[in-house]
Amino acid sequence: MPAAPISFSNIKRLFRLGVKSLWLHKLRSLLTALGMVFGVSSVIAMLAIGEGASYEAQEEIKKMGRENILIYSQKPTQDEQQTQGRSSFVLEYGLTFKDVSRIHSTINGIRVVAPAREIQEYVHFQGNRVDTQILATVPWYAEMRNRDVIKGRFFNQIEMDNKWNVCALDESVAKDLFPLTDPISKTVRVGENYYRVVGVLADYSSSEDEEEDSESQVSGATNIGRMYIPIATAQAQFGETLVKRRSGSIEAEKVELHEVTVKVADMDMAVGTAMAIRTLLEKTHNKEDFKIVVPVELLETAKRTQRIFSIVLGSIAAISLIVGGIGIMNIMLATVTERTREIGVRRALGARQNDIVLQFLIETVILAGVGGLIGVGLGITIPFAVTFFANMKTVITPLTPIIAFGISALVGIGFGIYPAMRAAKMDPVEALRHE
Amino acid sequence: MPQETGQRIPILELKEVRKVYQMGSISVEALRGITFTVKQGEYVSIMGPSGCGKSTLLNLLGCLDRPTTGIYKLGGQDIAKLNDDELSAIRGERIGFIFQSYQLIQQLTVVENIELPLFYQGWPEEKSREVSVRLAERVGLSHRLDHKPQELSGGQQQRVAIARALANDPIVIFADEATGNLDSSSGSEVLEIFDDLHRQGKTLVSITHDSGVAQRAERIVRLKDGEVESDKKVDKSMVEA
Repeated sequence: MPAAPISFSNIKRLFRLGVKSLWLHKLRSLLTALGMVFGVSSVIAMLAIGEGASYEAQEEIKKMGRENILIYSQKPTQDEQQTQGRSSFVLEYGLTFKDVSRIHSTINGIRVVAPAREIQEYVHFQGNRVDTQILATVPWYAEMRNRDVIKGRFFNQIEMDNKWNVCALDESVAKDLFPLTDPISKTVRVGENYYRVVGVLADYSSSEDEEEDSESQVSGATNIGRMYIPIATAQAQFGETLVKRRSGSIEAEKVELHEVTVKVADMDMAVGTAMAIRTLLEKTHNKEDFKIVVPVELLETAKRTQRIFSIVLGSIAAISLIVGGIGIMNIMLATVTERTREIGVRRALGARQNDIVLQFLIETVILAGVGGLIGVGLGITIPFAVTFFANMKTVITPLTPIIAFGISALVGIGFGIYPAMRAAKMDPVEALRHE
Repeated sequence: MPQETGQRIPILELKEVRKVYQMGSISVEALRGITFTVKQGEYVSIMGPSGCGKSTLLNLLGCLDRPTTGIYKLGGQDIAKLNDDELSAIRGERIGFIFQSYQLIQQLTVVENIELPLFYQGWPEEKSREVSVRLAERVGLSHRLDHKPQELSGGQQQRVAIARALANDPIVIFADEATGNLDSSSGSEVLEIFDDLHRQGKTLVSITHDSGVAQRAERIVRLKDGEVESDKKVDKSMVEA
């Protein structure tokens, strides 16, 4: 006849007795569980922060359009060295309307092409003056680049065809120019030309994502609000030579188009099409004066980065869990030694080795489990605090707390088994005599 | 009254039991061929000076250890052939222990201590609780059920230990210097309970070096240097005198 069958009610009693034993040394139990608390909470918090950071980056890239290929004009590096000190030289480089029509006619599967050029100028409205980048482009630009129109509309084809003086503004520009009034249908001045505001676009949120980086390389301007005008209007009014104000010197550049956005039918075609465009452009451009950015590729890179990020954070968190587990094991070993006589008594009263193993294992699991639960609570709180105080996005995937808690229970079993075995293997005679 | 000793069933049977401890290269023979029998309902004292092998013998009798050679049968079952789990089962089902230092578990209450052997027997909680409460009443501790051991006097703690030893209705109870830590009045209380148990037909083996305690039994086995020196019935008329 077995001494004590392992039944549910027995386990329940063992849990109750385990809680009692742990309660006898409240402070010690609390401190031991703390290792688990911090282990589990760091797993959850770190993964939430990592997930949040990459989520934000990926969202930005998605906004660039997964079906888009972005081509930027880029000042050739060699020429830059030559032009140093020769300020009267007019530098001619970059994408042209010819390129656009060539791309359009040669490469299959392209749905839309949106050429654009940048002009840096001041925009005036009454007494206000704002430094902006004027982006001369096509009516479908906003839709193609996933820009939200928050007020009014983007300019349309009719306005483009008639070379009307209309414009749309970035929210930041609109706010600076029209701090109190509604910008729609107001007229702003750039140089000697006046433009009617037809719409306001939501700001491009992040300043750190890669698109912004690549754009700033081209234009030399960062974080500057934009004003959008029809490209036909711009051609008529600005010509093709641009005078750039740079610290100290004045540079003249002739750039027909600063950026061209190509939309392909399917995101899977993006990388291949980008390569075809590169080959095509290289035939006519003898200098490296353009740059191709494929958001899908960036997205892949971002995902890879996220994976590495997750692995690194996960490892750190796993180490802290192991450290917590070792702490528990340490205390359980001390507890087993301290309770040697109790073990002897239990053995004398008929406890089998398995009963002793179960008893101490359950105590360890209680420690780890309670620590894990508190850790889950704390781990969910920390990301909220980070979001609140550091204004960083955090994402807690629902699975992380469950996994973290599960791991903590497993760690409890894993690190509890050795002390429990040691307790069970004690010679009952020796144990009873232990002082 | 119990029957004549000769006709009762043997509970403990020892034949040429030897126990050798290996201490490094030296082997120490703690028991050198012990042979005696304890029959059902007997109250036996095992006496002897310290170092005579009393503790070793108790560990064997209590199935906490196995003899090196020789045969030990408890309730007709040969102990030498049993594995650890089977020994645990034997202890849990057939043996009651009473120790000199009570050996109560500190984090458990009186009633929880008493029901501990039943827990390892897999008894349902309500049933073992009922038995434990009854036993606590029997040793006069019904008003202390939910107290912790450290809140009780030594005599009370030992009475809890006695109740615990009775919980599984064992075929034999071993008392190891049960009065050793007690003052004389609590000591005699404990001895009275032993007398009581004896009258009810329980088999009792009391290990002691106190001859006063030993005289309460019906029979005294004296050990010396790991051997049985004498095995005599107690002349009750002499004790009274």
